[in-house]
Amino acid sequence: PQDHFKVNCISFSCPFFAVYQVFENVAEKYDVMNDSMTLGIHRVWKDILVHKMNPSPGTLLLDVAGGTGDIAFRFINYVRSVRERQLQQKLRHHQNLSWQEISKSYEEEKRNPLGDSQVVVCDINREMLKVGKQRAQHLGYCEGLSWVRGNAEELPFDDDKFDVYTIAFGIRNVTRIDLALEEAYRVLKPGGRFLCLEFSHVSNPLLSRLYDLYSFQVIPVLGEVIAGDWKSYQYLVESIRRFPPQDELKAMIEDVGFLKVDYQNLNWGIVAIHSGFKL
Amino acid sequence: GRAGLSRAEPRAGEQEEVEVEVEVDGSFQLYPGHIPTSPLQKVLLAAGSACMALCDPYRHDMVAVLGETTGCLALPSLRDKMKNHPEGYRILQERPRIRLSTLDMARLRALPDGALGREYVRFLEDNKVSPDTRMPAKFVDDEELAYVIQRYREVHDLMHTLLGMPTNMLGEVVVKWFEAVQTGLPMCILGAAFGPVRLNARKLQVLATELVPWAVRSGRNANCVLNVYYEQRWEQSVESLREEIGIFPPP
Repeated sequence: PQDHFKVNCISFSCPFFAVYQVFENVAEKYDVMNDSMTLGIHRVWKDILVHKMNPSPGTLLLDVAGGTGDIAFRFINYVRSVRERQLQQKLRHHQNLSWQEISKSYEEEKRNPLGDSQVVVCDINREMLKVGKQRAQHLGYCEGLSWVRGNAEELPFDDDKFDVYTIAFGIRNVTRIDLALEEAYRVLKPGGRFLCLEFSHVSNPLLSRLYDLYSFQVIPVLGEVIAGDWKSYQYLVESIRRFPPQDELKAMIEDVGFLKVDYQNLNWGIVAIHSGFKL
Repeated sequence: GRAGLSRAEPRAGEQEEVEVEVEVDGSFQLYPGHIPTSPLQKVLLAAGSACMALCDPYRHDMVAVLGETTGCLALPSLRDKMKNHPEGYRILQERPRIRLSTLDMARLRALPDGALGREYVRFLEDNKVSPDTRMPAKFVDDEELAYVIQRYREVHDLMHTLLGMPTNMLGEVVVKWFEAVQTGLPMCILGAAFGPVRLNARKLQVLATELVPWAVRSGRNANCVLNVYYEQRWEQSVESLREEIGIFPPP
């Protein structure tokens, strides 16, 4: 259980430090809290994101603010199963292969199960990365995965590097969203895709009231009971309300140069996936 | 609810922690560490903390939260008992805190055996506990009542000393029975009732036949334990203090 939420004087002049400390406090219980707050539905949202991405083997993904690895692991599972299906199809089309040729292609699969796909998980918070690496080890993810500490507003990568850029439930915590979007544009290859999964706005008035009630009355209580930390979860709920709604975020994404920008509401706007291309 | 962040001045003598002042539903922070909560939130907190405290007995913070959210009747009555007693009244005025920084451990250790101060320090050392691990009040919506519950928490270790009970599960349950009778706090009553669930049959027998009846009798006979200015009585012997308060000698 945490001591009461400590905020230094610095955080008043720099909201960046306040956010950093929130996630430092939150890291260990992050996954448990996500399951409790969303009743497990966040897993479905993340599955939908990766399905929408539909990565093919050989894709290079940058997952920003990906701390505990949820998107990265799903990406790896997805490309692994796509690759398996590819190899199976290849075998089926060549009916008159010799036994040596068949075993050679099984070996090929074992050597390269991801088909050269790779995901770089980038997070600014050391504690979140630590938890992510532990989970990876625990779940058996070792290949095609790297962990880098970096700031979404100033990424430590060269231009035109990645095929896909994702940021799931992270962009809300960035101080300068426009800078993060600019960086996303910069590091993507031409033809690359930007995908953002984030809490958004519910326009239906009745649902909106129920959602507000749940957010403000229940979530901080869950934070206190499960993680011993009311204030971090109060902060999370408030940061969701302050975040730009769907169309405003769409405009911001278009402003930095992305094309064919669109969004898809999940659960009536509680969550939205924004997508854009660097063309 | 809208949230505004404003700077709170650090209190003189406190550590350099600046508490964030948050306005929730129009009510402000009444004391450092205070988190204003709506009635619905209090109900949810009480239910949640009760479940969590039962599931994970090491979550002492949940026991504390349960006490705060269910004490709305017992705390005012405790405060009134203190107000109507000369020593209790002084405690409410002067607001003493039992903390390592305010206690002169060397002086207490030097007191003769049997003195309250000496036995208290012995209790802390034997059980490896410290008075500084007590949770500060968060969910009590009255500044004076927040102090009352804080005082109750800080005096808990002295209860152990006066009752001669260790900090194992059995000892804690006995102290809870005593406190339940003394304070009427629902958290104590729940702790007294559910605590024994984790004890084996032999301990339960001792508990039921000897310890609980003694604790209850003492609790009813004794004056309100919050009305004793312990910090001014370190030299007094434990036996004489027991007699003065009305606690029967432990079995």
